Amino acid sequence: MTKTADAVIFERNAAKALDDGQLRRNLRSAMTTLSQRRRTLFADTEAFEQLRAQGESIRRRALSQLPALLEQLEGRCTANGIQVHWAETAAEANAICLDILRRHNARRVIKGKSMVSEEMHLNHFLEEQGIEALETDLGEYIIQLDGETPSHIIVPAIHKNKDQIARLFHERIPDAPYTEVVEELNAIARQELREKFRAGEAGISGVNFAVAETGTLCLVENEGNGRMCTTAPPVHIALMGLEKVVEKLRDVPPLLRLLTGSATGQPITTYFNMITSPRRLDELDGPQEVHLVILDNGRSSIYGDAERRATLQCIRCGACLNHCPIYTRLGGHAYGHVYPGPIGSILTPQLEGLDEAGVMASASTFCGACEEVCPVKIPFTEILRMLRNEAYAQGESEHDVKGHGYRYTTVEGLSWKSWALYNTRPGLARIGSQILGKLGQHLPMIGPLKEWTRTRTPPPFAPKSLHQLAQERGLDNDR
Amino acid sequence: MTANARANILSRLRATTIQGQGPFIVPDAPIIAGLELSLEERIGRLQRMLETMHAEVRVVSAGGWLEELKAMLRARTLNGLLYGPAAPFGPALEGAWEEDLPPLVPYIEPVEQCRERLFNIDAGITSARGAIAETGALILWPSAAEPRLISLTPGLHIAVLDAGMIFNTFAEAIDQQHWLRHRMPANALLISGPSKTADIELTLTFGVHGPKELVVFILS
Repeated sequence: MTKTADAVIFERNAAKALDDGQLRRNLRSAMTTLSQRRRTLFADTEAFEQLRAQGESIRRRALSQLPALLEQLEGRCTANGIQVHWAETAAEANAICLDILRRHNARRVIKGKSMVSEEMHLNHFLEEQGIEALETDLGEYIIQLDGETPSHIIVPAIHKNKDQIARLFHERIPDAPYTEVVEELNAIARQELREKFRAGEAGISGVNFAVAETGTLCLVENEGNGRMCTTAPPVHIALMGLEKVVEKLRDVPPLLRLLTGSATGQPITTYFNMITSPRRLDELDGPQEVHLVILDNGRSSIYGDAERRATLQCIRCGACLNHCPIYTRLGGHAYGHVYPGPIGSILTPQLEGLDEAGVMASASTFCGACEEVCPVKIPFTEILRMLRNEAYAQGESEHDVKGHGYRYTTVEGLSWKSWALYNTRPGLARIGSQILGKLGQHLPMIGPLKEWTRTRTPPPFAPKSLHQLAQERGLDNDR
Repeated sequence: MTANARANILSRLRATTIQGQGPFIVPDAPIIAGLELSLEERIGRLQRMLETMHAEVRVVSAGGWLEELKAMLRARTLNGLLYGPAAPFGPALEGAWEEDLPPLVPYIEPVEQCRERLFNIDAGITSARGAIAETGALILWPSAAEPRLISLTPGLHIAVLDAGMIFNTFAEAIDQQHWLRHRMPANALLISGPSKTADIELTLTFGVHGPKELVVFILS
């Protein structure tokens, strides 16, 4: 079978990542630490399971009334003075941002960490328009300096070690001395970015939870850069995927606990930032304008299908990455898409289409670790299996995933038809199994057989079929 | 374009035929053993949790905190202390100030007029509206009286908390302080320590973009 471009790229990336000893060591140490910290924090498994059940319910309850909650969020935000924009595609969302920035003559934009902005390729887009979009989260800053994309949704520069970062800073930041001391590297970044925070003409951030009840945008962070981006410049643009809404303010505490604990094993982050309005009339700081961009980009097509909808429960904690035997060996870049790991494997093929990213659904051993640690109980393996089925579903498919049936081939279709015929005609099966018993060992390893046996040992055919053995014992099974 | 986007998105979401996806009963928050804490235990747990995150905590009497603050500041070299004159402790702070201390710098102009000063001052002091014992965090509701940047741009952030406002959990704080009955502030915050990062090899380092130090006065 001919391979799609994404499969070729993935295999090449995977081989390269597996050969990269440095990457393997960096990942191994980081992923082990993150999963241990999570285990320590949630050591009381009974309490954790209760919390998890609560998290799952909150997310499913929110999704069950998603359109109404989005309207409520819009209404509350608008009443609070936040301007709400809707975007069907990444291109529309980019255009909305550009329009706001142009109106403010903003050429220097400071950015907090946002996976949605990665999905939009916003930085690249703004750069083309002559606007500098500077990442200010330390990890994001590091990879932006090196012209890379995040390899992890929570710790974006986790594939790099301090020696690599030391060289990078020394080479790319004017007057930065060479140092491998983490505290000193940190101080260099602090000094570099401080001036940028002071002079930033607009701030862009993501949203962790948007509360419909109050019109509040919640942001989770440790560094203070998120607060800088949302407080210091005169305008703040918050970007959210439409699934981020929750119903009530009281839904936030359990989700926050699940998010920080699952992500990094912290009981809480340094900052939990709840933004409900722009600067009020009597206030002295805060942005004069706050904009909220609600992005669809394929999410509404996921929403309509009962099995697929669970994908949207995700709170982007990254625990599934940290525990995945594939991710922890390859890192995020090998996947070749913005969202890596198990969440990427179920989300990306649905957003971009199976024909574009279907190979990601095969980047799983079905071990179920992702499902076990997921704080909102997303049924990863069910969704992965569904996506693999959809890849072969020709014509109308049950779940109607974009690009479904892309792996269907006539040869394969014929093979399955023959298989069905073979198994429903006893005579055919009898003759066939006798022939295979004698000649099976000598089948030419071509086409799919060659592919299948590339990493597997072909099993020997039994010299006698089950049917023959039964007959020899005097069992008559023909009727 | 965007008017259509809104209608299109909502109609796609409404076109779904999924049945039986709600209503959902959300089980009560799991009670973590021993979290019906007494006042003293709440103070103790908050202190422990904040200190784990490298904050400095001083439990002092309501009458004695200013003297302790002054002693602390005398031992340091700071170019000024940013504060809001309309803060609950504002008049007391002004009344108690002395020559040999870092100058008090009132935040009284819009940020546009004092950006340089805000980004160069060494210390800032704010009140905390409450705190959470479970996870260890202060609750701040910045306002016209105490603007947002006081707790962000200075390297040292000092927070003053009334011990009676320490709640067991975040959820309890939302309920007992009636967050929903108030108008939510433009920016509400939970703060659990000085700013930190672990983005390089997961090595935890303190003092990134926000304050490098957090000192909390708990007035009991």
